[in-house]
Amino acid sequence: MSDAPSDWEVVVGLEVHVQLRTGSKVFSAAPWGFGAEPNTQVDAVSLGLPGTLPVVNLAALEQAIRLGLAVDAEIPDTCAWDRKNYFYPDNPKNYQLTQQARPVVVGGSVEIELPGPSRNVMGEHRRVRLHHAHLEEDVGKLTHSSGGSLVDYNRAGVPLLEIVTEPDLRSAAEAEAFLRALHALVTQAGISDADMEKGQLRCDANVSLRRPGGPLGTRTETKNLNSISGVRAAIEAEVARQARELEAGRAIVQQTRGFDAETGRSHVLRDKEDAHDYRYFPDPDIPAVRIDRARVERLRATLPERPFDRQRRYLALGLPYTSASVLVTDAATSAWFESALAANPVNPVALANLVVNDLSGLLAASVGPGEAPPSPAASRVTPTALAELVRLVDAATLSKQQAREVLAELVRAGGEPAAVIAAKGLAQTSDAGEIEAVVAEVLADPALAGSVAEFRAGNDKAINALKGPVMKRTKGKANPAVVDQVLRRLLG
Amino acid sequence: MAADLHRLGAAELSRRLAAGDLTARALAAHLLARAEAHRDLGAFNSVDADDVLRQADASDARRRAGAALGPLDGVPVAVKDNLAVRGQPLTCSSRMLAGYVSPYDSAVAERLRAAGAVLHGRLNMDEFAMGSSTETSATGLARNPWDPSRTPGGSSGGSAACLAAGLAPLALGTDTGGSIRQPASHCGLVGLKPTYGLVSRFGLVAFASSLDQVGPMARSTEDCRLLLGALAAPDARDMTCLPADARAPRALPAGRKPRLGVPRRLLEGVAPAVRAAFDAALDFYRADGCEVADVDLPHAELAVPAYYVLAPAEASSNLARYDGVRYGHRAEGAAGIEDLMARSRAEGFGAEVKRRILLGTFVLSAGFADAYYGKALRARALIRSAHLAALAGVDAIATPTVPTAAFRLGEKSADPVQMYLEDLFTIPANLAGLPALSFPVGTDGALPVGMHLVGAPLAEGALLDLAARFERAHDLAHRVARP
Repeated sequence: MSDAPSDWEVVVGLEVHVQLRTGSKVFSAAPWGFGAEPNTQVDAVSLGLPGTLPVVNLAALEQAIRLGLAVDAEIPDTCAWDRKNYFYPDNPKNYQLTQQARPVVVGGSVEIELPGPSRNVMGEHRRVRLHHAHLEEDVGKLTHSSGGSLVDYNRAGVPLLEIVTEPDLRSAAEAEAFLRALHALVTQAGISDADMEKGQLRCDANVSLRRPGGPLGTRTETKNLNSISGVRAAIEAEVARQARELEAGRAIVQQTRGFDAETGRSHVLRDKEDAHDYRYFPDPDIPAVRIDRARVERLRATLPERPFDRQRRYLALGLPYTSASVLVTDAATSAWFESALAANPVNPVALANLVVNDLSGLLAASVGPGEAPPSPAASRVTPTALAELVRLVDAATLSKQQAREVLAELVRAGGEPAAVIAAKGLAQTSDAGEIEAVVAEVLADPALAGSVAEFRAGNDKAINALKGPVMKRTKGKANPAVVDQVLRRLLG
Repeated sequence: MAADLHRLGAAELSRRLAAGDLTARALAAHLLARAEAHRDLGAFNSVDADDVLRQADASDARRRAGAALGPLDGVPVAVKDNLAVRGQPLTCSSRMLAGYVSPYDSAVAERLRAAGAVLHGRLNMDEFAMGSSTETSATGLARNPWDPSRTPGGSSGGSAACLAAGLAPLALGTDTGGSIRQPASHCGLVGLKPTYGLVSRFGLVAFASSLDQVGPMARSTEDCRLLLGALAAPDARDMTCLPADARAPRALPAGRKPRLGVPRRLLEGVAPAVRAAFDAALDFYRADGCEVADVDLPHAELAVPAYYVLAPAEASSNLARYDGVRYGHRAEGAAGIEDLMARSRAEGFGAEVKRRILLGTFVLSAGFADAYYGKALRARALIRSAHLAALAGVDAIATPTVPTAAFRLGEKSADPVQMYLEDLFTIPANLAGLPALSFPVGTDGALPVGMHLVGAPLAEGALLDLAARFERAHDLAHRVARP
């Protein structure tokens, strides 16, 4: 947020390309997925062979509509496709089908959370407006080698939703917050896997500087940023570059730039004069698609709670900010925790603490150094087992310490808490009669007569010296509260 | 009997095949021999005789087993070389696609195979269907069987020459601005451009997608109807193809006389012999119990200019994929990818195709798109409403198909605008998406003259009914120019 000299205001708008989660490509039945052998996920249509025609994949359209609903956008009654014409060998038809004039999603906004004053304190929440989002086809991939260039068309025709923000972001940090929020939104709704390492979420950043309150400055567009840190670094570098130019009295030239994450340097791809004339016109092969209102409502019903809505609900349940935030960022963890919460809605705070404080540590310790620990959802611990564990602690059947022991065993081998408790003989006893017998034994122990006398003389703390032996003789199964109660009665 | 097989229509051949008087193999062999004997006409780009005979044998085997697939089983259908047939060349008569073999069947090829028809040879055409004379073909020009010094028309000139010379009983054409109807007229045939969306375009190499339609060509209305029936079907692979619930045919009205509307204002430039044949045909219709009325078609003068903006605009984009990278012609010794694409295209495309790509690129360019492409779209909408308004009062709009009979080869090659005017009467039906039919109504000397009927959406049957009235009363069907 301090990435510009204080007398410049940073203005950033993003164009985010998200590969939609569908079984087949956007205009053909060819399957797609990451990592297949080159040119195996192609068919006549996705290769643009002579005579082939596109057919809109309704699943892709529905995913786009779901995104629109998740950001409170307008879903128009119809949407349509245009041809964007340019020659490049990664593009099988030498035109790309995109939605220039009538996109499927209009307006809307994404809620973001800015960094707070410290890690434990929530930062400001803001809404970043979207201009629109449109559904288009991805292009293939070129690889250059000494022997020439190779092209892989597996990615050609993968459904791509381009989400275009208004110039609402004021720093690289805000851009990062936007991408994190969008990532959480689309992954949790199953709209996209949005794995940036697989190129499933890519970003172009439009950056300009202006005097606060002044008119917008000339912007540059930095293309093809494929990591959140890359976006942040590219914006920071571009802000610094523009500030240098402006301070030196030079005008910013509208241009398209590339950014090298390795060197942290950007370079000109093309100036405005060299901008393509894409000769957009309506695609005559795809009639405008009517979007049925009933379908929109059906799709709305398929959307899960939004991450920040869930965060607010957790905060209202009394969860600490950090737990609430950790539990809503990742789709699998969030869904896993929701199941646990559904199985035991009585004590959400204990449930969250068990996950955030105990389970996370156990999972981190379960893998070798440098290895990524599994998420709770990918662990052997089921949501119902977790819920049961909290119930047993609340019912005083287990002590917290015992619960941690059971949890460790669940992480190691899975299964149900009851089975672990039985196998390890762990259950806590609150039976006053049983405990009283042990307490009587302890009080009769001559070695402890000193502590008994001290307590009776008025030193309340001396009782702790008597609890230890009781716990030891019950192998830790006695409920500490009941032990305390019985001791005081027999000593009184 | 074999000597006369090529004079028979598809319906008659079908009856003989069904009766066991004829085998598909004998028919195919006879036509293969004729194709060889009449190579001078340039009707075919290629004929895979082995493949044709295999299909014929399969048909005969089905028939012996009592499992014939329908009236077209064993009947040869020649296919224009811009319609994909699996395992066969798909050249569009262009150097760009020389040697290219389609890995899949077009929807119409699939439909014909399912009907048992024998896909018989690849028909010559203007390059990428751009032309009105088949002279832009890179594989050599086609000749009119009625006068080999003249054009058979185009772009489906190979289809027309094939039928008129008796090389096949049925042929597929495609029509973007008149490419079925103008050659049908010049060669004395029945050619139908269906309502846009009646026949799937899947597997038709696109010229101008919003105008292109596949349609039947034959030597009689009966055969034309038979072939249309096999082609017309919904197809989920073409989003512009009409769904099953939007295909109810529009018949001639019962209880009143059929009405023909004539836009007299447009007939001024028509050659006298063509005009005479047309007027005589109108006299026949009056005498035959039809009403003939004048209709006004405002904005008709916009059709040719609008077409020559819209069709090249779409073509410039449709033909962008031919770049030498994935398939088709690739230039030797290119320096870098841009050079490879530029040189492959410069070498692969002929002059007319380049002209239209340049024109289309220009009319879509920033700063010009609204003045040209946008305005042409508005003109198209006006033309469509004018036609629908006229068709609210008449069952068909009648004109000659072409203002003149077939011209001499080379006569118009140097003057593209003269060539473009060949399509004056045929273009509006493409712009309006309406069905249109050309059928023979007379001659100018040895050369056939056609009449053109445009109907309301899905009125194909009505147009064929109207043409059949004339056909029954005259001796112009089933005419074959070569012995």
